[in-house]
Amino acid sequence: MTLTQLPLAEQFVLTLAALILFTSFLLLAQSRIVSLIHTFAWQGALLFIATCLMALTSGRHHLFISAFMTLALKVFFIPWQLRRLVVRLDIRREVETVGNASLVMIGGGALVLFSYYVVLPIRELSFLATRNTIAISLAVILIGMLMIITRRKAVAQVIGFMSMENGLFFAAVVATYGMPMVVELGVAFDVLVAAILFGIFFFQLRSGIGSLDVDHLNRLHEVDR
Amino acid sequence: MIALYLTLLIPLAATLIFALIGHWKHAGSLNLLVCAATFATSLSCAVDVFNNGALMSPGKLFYVDAFNVYLVLVNALVGLTTAIFSRPYMAHEVEIGRVDDARMRLYHSMYQGFLLTMLVALTTNNLGLLWVAVEGATLATVLLVSLYRTPESIEAGWKYFILCGVGIAQALFGTVLVYFAAERVLPGAEDALLWSVLKDHAAELEPTVLTLAFVFLLVGYGTKIGLVPLHNWLPDAHSEGPTPMSAILSGLLLNIALYAVVRYKMLIEPALGNHLPGYLMIGFGMLSFTVAGILLHRQKDIKRMFSYSSIEHMGLMTLAFGIGGPLATFGGLLHMIVHSLTKSAIFVTVGHAAHVAGTQSIDKIRGLIRTQPSIGWSFLLGVVAIAGFPPFGVFTSEFLLFSATIKGWPLLVIPLLIGLAVAFAGLFRHLQPMVFGEPPAGQVPVKANMLPVLLHLLVVLWLGVAIPDVLSRWLDQATIMVVGRGLL
Amino acid sequence: MKGWLLALVQTGLLAFGAPFLAGWVKWIKCRLQSRQGPPPWQPYRDLLRLFGKEVVVAEAASPIFRIAPYVVFSVTALACSVVPMVAIGLPTAAIADVIVLVGFFALGRFFLALAGMDVGTSFGGMGSSREMTIASLAEPAMLLGVFTLAMTVRSTNLASMIGYLIEQPFQLYPSFVFAAMGLVLVAVAETGRIPVDNPATHLELTMVHEAMILEFSGRHLALMEWGAMLKLMIYSVLLCNLFLPWGVAVDFAPLSLLIGLGAITLKLLLLGTALAVAETGLAKMRLFRVPQYLGLAFILCLLGMLSHVILEVN
Repeated sequence: MTLTQLPLAEQFVLTLAALILFTSFLLLAQSRIVSLIHTFAWQGALLFIATCLMALTSGRHHLFISAFMTLALKVFFIPWQLRRLVVRLDIRREVETVGNASLVMIGGGALVLFSYYVVLPIRELSFLATRNTIAISLAVILIGMLMIITRRKAVAQVIGFMSMENGLFFAAVVATYGMPMVVELGVAFDVLVAAILFGIFFFQLRSGIGSLDVDHLNRLHEVDR
Repeated sequence: MIALYLTLLIPLAATLIFALIGHWKHAGSLNLLVCAATFATSLSCAVDVFNNGALMSPGKLFYVDAFNVYLVLVNALVGLTTAIFSRPYMAHEVEIGRVDDARMRLYHSMYQGFLLTMLVALTTNNLGLLWVAVEGATLATVLLVSLYRTPESIEAGWKYFILCGVGIAQALFGTVLVYFAAERVLPGAEDALLWSVLKDHAAELEPTVLTLAFVFLLVGYGTKIGLVPLHNWLPDAHSEGPTPMSAILSGLLLNIALYAVVRYKMLIEPALGNHLPGYLMIGFGMLSFTVAGILLHRQKDIKRMFSYSSIEHMGLMTLAFGIGGPLATFGGLLHMIVHSLTKSAIFVTVGHAAHVAGTQSIDKIRGLIRTQPSIGWSFLLGVVAIAGFPPFGVFTSEFLLFSATIKGWPLLVIPLLIGLAVAFAGLFRHLQPMVFGEPPAGQVPVKANMLPVLLHLLVVLWLGVAIPDVLSRWLDQATIMVVGRGLL
Repeated sequence: MKGWLLALVQTGLLAFGAPFLAGWVKWIKCRLQSRQGPPPWQPYRDLLRLFGKEVVVAEAASPIFRIAPYVVFSVTALACSVVPMVAIGLPTAAIADVIVLVGFFALGRFFLALAGMDVGTSFGGMGSSREMTIASLAEPAMLLGVFTLAMTVRSTNLASMIGYLIEQPFQLYPSFVFAAMGLVLVAVAETGRIPVDNPATHLELTMVHEAMILEFSGRHLALMEWGAMLKLMIYSVLLCNLFLPWGVAVDFAPLSLLIGLGAITLKLLLLGTALAVAETGLAKMRLFRVPQYLGLAFILCLLGMLSHVILEVN
């Protein structure tokens, strides 16, 4: 089945998938903290729309619950909380230069290709119209990971972490119309707690090492000197 | 059934209560009491399973069989004995002003919260909930790792949080893939993630998806097990948190993650019809075992040293389950128990030793046996036990594993033996001066309750000398579940 | 025969409509900035005036300097002839596909850059080096974007690309979303608009295009200016017709041709307005940020390609 045979709503889901991937790339390259938070919120919003569409087209209404949990958590609560913390820690104006941005971007592109080939055998099996998006969601997860690796600021790492969660959620939505409700609730609870804990950690980092720059975390070594 | 619910409800209630009164001066005793109650209910639950076979809760949400019930028991036991140790230890920390009231509330609440997540992870029938619980265990312990708020402990906490979070996310992707495979067989089913359902349909699941899923699951939960090269968080988290935390992290959390991997292997290996999961586990296990054994030599912090020893033993267990077959699996299951008990005993002893010496630096801990013979002897015996000396239980399980390896993978025996010798040397090099050396002037004994250590080491000794019939039948049942054939 | 005639008319329309588009953008921009502004047909007057003026050539200039304006203009005009503006299916469309079009632009740019360096003034050399830097980054992105479209429609010929898109019922191609975004960024860079270059000034040290044509005068200057306007026109028409192909005439019936003309006029006016709004809202960026900007365009086009492969084909 090619794209042209799909109903328009599902084409729209595919486009949203592509846009979610695009926001991942933006996150990878974005150097200003506040813009980073906004981009993350946008990613959540796209995810919300995609989930709603999936719920509509598939008729699985429990997906709406997941969609609204995403809206509440990823679009409003977490960005709001991060923003508040950024204001309170007075790091709004901080700019993080992403070391060798173009190399990181190319790495992101390579990850997309990698996830495509990893997921290739699975796509053949799915009877969902949106199966192609599994590769995209894996790419979002891996790009989130790449972001955690390349970024030095704690806030950026947290956003990378949360964007990985976005990718996971998206994978669950597009591969299987979401997980069973009890699992969805559990995962959402974990994300909520993680978001709060990250907030606490920002303050601990600030008071402990005087900065939110994780490069300063260099006291512990694999081999004691 | 009620016993199972109580086993989960008691820690849940305690988590909430301690959030309010955790700083109360008798909170430590209350913690002990709660753990004792949990242990009692889990014991009754275990007896029930032993007599009547596997137990399934009405909503199919919880499922207890021979494989997980003994881990529940070990969990509750280590939780109890660590609580015994934690009471004077934390009282001492409050006395010297390292923690305040708010942190004591956090500590006690999260101690119970951690036990709760562990128990949920073990008893749940839902593979998704298993993930939620393992992630929950990270969240419960992450603030405990940074409890002392030193720069080092905050670094350890952050690393722990990020690395485990990233790792465990891979496991969730694996879980999604398993659900995806299951949905093809059981379309639209809410119970397509239930272990009890999946097990019956294992043969119908799509192998290509499961192969991919297992890789993600192994990487994800493997991070939690501490498999090299995903182990970086483990020594930091163990060394910088309060010692009771290190004891339960090392004794329980790693086991649970391994349990999750083995559960998936049980599901996926029959579906694939090949031994890919086993080979992967052998590879990771061998690597962890070797690398951790070498890194053991280069440590200067006593808790870090023993956390590398934990990685080494987890590698050994992963190897055992990877080799498969009744002999190795039986050995692996036994090793889970004895390692759990021995390592938590060691961490308890190390905690006291660090109080005696006032430091965790190996170079500065000297002459334990003269200052406080009970600590010195426990330390000596604990290290002897973990190094795999007969007549302790670790020897038995390692012996079983070796026999299985000789049968199935004779070439692996050589690196295995070398690795054991290296690790052994690493431990004993430091042991002698710490136990028998000249104590620094002014070193005085501390108030210590060596009962948990004694209890653990006695059990380990007992398992080494003669495995009781009950336990061996039990482990055999579990072995049958894991590999299809029993040993006995 | 009718086809050839139409092709000639269409090329003429493109060539003579170009100054109006440029004037329109300028006029809207002035309005947005609360200025009176010259009327949209002002560029025609300027060009006429320049054609009437004497050509002054620097003593050091080589023949390249003299022929460059003619080469630049004729190459661009030739490019005009292959761009389907009002109708597809014209005989000229078969002459060249989109890759040749990119080649035409590259040839024009080559002579422009040579002419810029020819006289040996510092400004000209600076402009040329900048132009080539930008071009070397923009071209890969542009080709990648074009290939993304070509893969979907299975042709690199502009007319058949547009024809394919008109025939299909409405489809939402994720790759087109990205290719559109990427190509818009490339087009802005290639036509020297804000934020990459500022067409409205001769006085900045950071100018690119204006720096290269600083030494030209009279009809040479007119041809250069007209060539630049043509380039803007071609890019605008391409963007409009590739991504919003509705209204383009598929046959030569008078009514459909009329509709085609009306549609492209409307689209171009809207696009010009959008460009003016964007130019008013944005500030010119530092030259060193341009590689980042074009990197973004490249990533967008790359994502377009990837999403085509991952999401659209099977």
